[in-house]
Amino acid sequence: MDAVFDSVSVATTFRQTLKKAGVIFCPISEAVRDHPDLVQQYLGSVVPISDNFFAALNSAVFTDGSFCYVPRGVRCPMELSTYFRINARSTGQFERTLIIADAGSHVSYLEGCTAPMRDENQLHAAVVELIAHEDARIKYSTVQNWYPGDAEGRGGIYNFVTKRGACRGARSKISWTQVETGSAITWKYPSCVLEGDDSVGEFYSVAVTNNHQQADTGTKMMHIGKRTKSTIVSKGISAGKSNNTYRGLVRVLPRASGARNYTQCDSLLIGDACGAHTVPYIESRNPTAKVEHEATTSKIADDQLFYCRQRGLSEEDAVNLIVNGFCKDVLKELPMEFAVEAQKLLAVSLEGSVG
Amino acid sequence: MLEIRGLFAAIEDKPILQGIDLTVPQGEVHAIMGPNGSGKSTLAYVLSGREDYAVTAGSATFDGHDLLTMEPEARAATGLFLAFQYPVELPGVGNANFLRTALNAQRRSRGDSELDAVQFLKVARAETKRLAMPEDMLRRNVNVGFSGGEKKRNEVLQMAILRPRLAILDETDSGLDIDALKIVADGVNALRGPDFSALIITHYQRLLDHIVPDHVHVLAGGRIVRSGGPELAHELEAKGYAGMIAEAA
Repeated sequence: MDAVFDSVSVATTFRQTLKKAGVIFCPISEAVRDHPDLVQQYLGSVVPISDNFFAALNSAVFTDGSFCYVPRGVRCPMELSTYFRINARSTGQFERTLIIADAGSHVSYLEGCTAPMRDENQLHAAVVELIAHEDARIKYSTVQNWYPGDAEGRGGIYNFVTKRGACRGARSKISWTQVETGSAITWKYPSCVLEGDDSVGEFYSVAVTNNHQQADTGTKMMHIGKRTKSTIVSKGISAGKSNNTYRGLVRVLPRASGARNYTQCDSLLIGDACGAHTVPYIESRNPTAKVEHEATTSKIADDQLFYCRQRGLSEEDAVNLIVNGFCKDVLKELPMEFAVEAQKLLAVSLEGSVG
Repeated sequence: MLEIRGLFAAIEDKPILQGIDLTVPQGEVHAIMGPNGSGKSTLAYVLSGREDYAVTAGSATFDGHDLLTMEPEARAATGLFLAFQYPVELPGVGNANFLRTALNAQRRSRGDSELDAVQFLKVARAETKRLAMPEDMLRRNVNVGFSGGEKKRNEVLQMAILRPRLAILDETDSGLDIDALKIVADGVNALRGPDFSALIITHYQRLLDHIVPDHVHVLAGGRIVRSGGPELAHELEAKGYAGMIAEAA
């Protein structure tokens, strides 16, 4: 467990157990000092400083974050987790995360975010880079619960994060799972660059917006290697006066023969003042590629609510049950204890959205 | 005991129920028969608290509780169960999870202790077995991908697990083959006892061969036009609704 408060890493525990396995897990500020070769080789190699405005800002000012290196053939003996919190007023958080999984290694990383209530807006502009070598697997799970602002849309975090993973080696796999319930505005597209042949990218997302929140999230799957595969499952839930957008790009480059993508985007609307938007881009430059996109939009139907209430559930419990059912395909990708947490968070985020 | 007095109800200003008087004492099973559009389903929905219906006059009490002022979930907690004519699908929601959440919500509301997952599964599996239903019924998502018959059987399974004191079956027999019909009937008959009453809404007499009612009522034009014993269902089968309603008028 690594905890980052206001961009300063305060504690990294279990370091001894990890050290025995050869896993390096430490604040990135220490990694710069103790493992300069690794940092120099990989930092900025997936998200270059010129990538976008917020990545440039982060690259210029970041002070800390988490660093993880899993050596060749090692299965990381525990789930690694980092907990982020913004405490200070009128400040930004610019943490940097770098995870390297060497050939044949496996690692699962969890990230949780919270921030206390503030009237003014705060900026979170993180950069996360993942590198998976041959046969390596990285599973990266996020439960994001930054302060969303009040019911009138005052305050809240601007969550502008650049997350990208590179599947450098053959048969490598990077899997992003996110549950996004917080922040006033979220712009976030955890992506996979599928360079290695037969490499696999996955993106599982639940984004909930209520009141005046705006979430614009999705992924980019860049198919470069042969027979690369990607799966995108996005569940957007909008309530109140919020807007929830899935924005995604599946790009198949000429060399990526036999590339496969499957995308499923489902939107659930609660009430009649919210919006759900789906903006899928598909660019295929290889005739052997197969790209599928399915999308649905639905409302929680009155007859579903009545059915649940006739069985004894309160209206709020009924909404939670239906929403959790709607998100099941994504929540089951989360590590067990996180899934329970995420379910509770969904309930809290949608409190008072019905009736 | 269910007591309905002078009940009028409308949907979108269109009057449907036009003065229903009906008493179902505890321990009795009553059948309500009637042609399409006579108000049978409306009665079921009004008693269970569906919002689309406006009660314009009259009262309905169950064991002294004024049903018409209660939320649907509060009515459920007093022991009222509606087997839906068209059971609703809940994608991603497992049947067992749904039923345990419902049962515990009811128990909480009655001040009883909640059942944990193990205790609940024991009860649920026993009921599933007793009703000769496949055990995967509990694992599947609520009514998703169920055939028409399976949906109706699932209603009966839910009823068996929730153990209501007043069950309203809204055309639970429609679309069932004879084997499924028997399962539904067995489910109701198993619950029969001094602390259970039922209102069975049906078009056809055949369900009443398996669940023999204490009383039969004929509903037409939003009113009960005739009441009698089980033999009334047979008479109805012979004369047809038109004949009987003409006689009653």
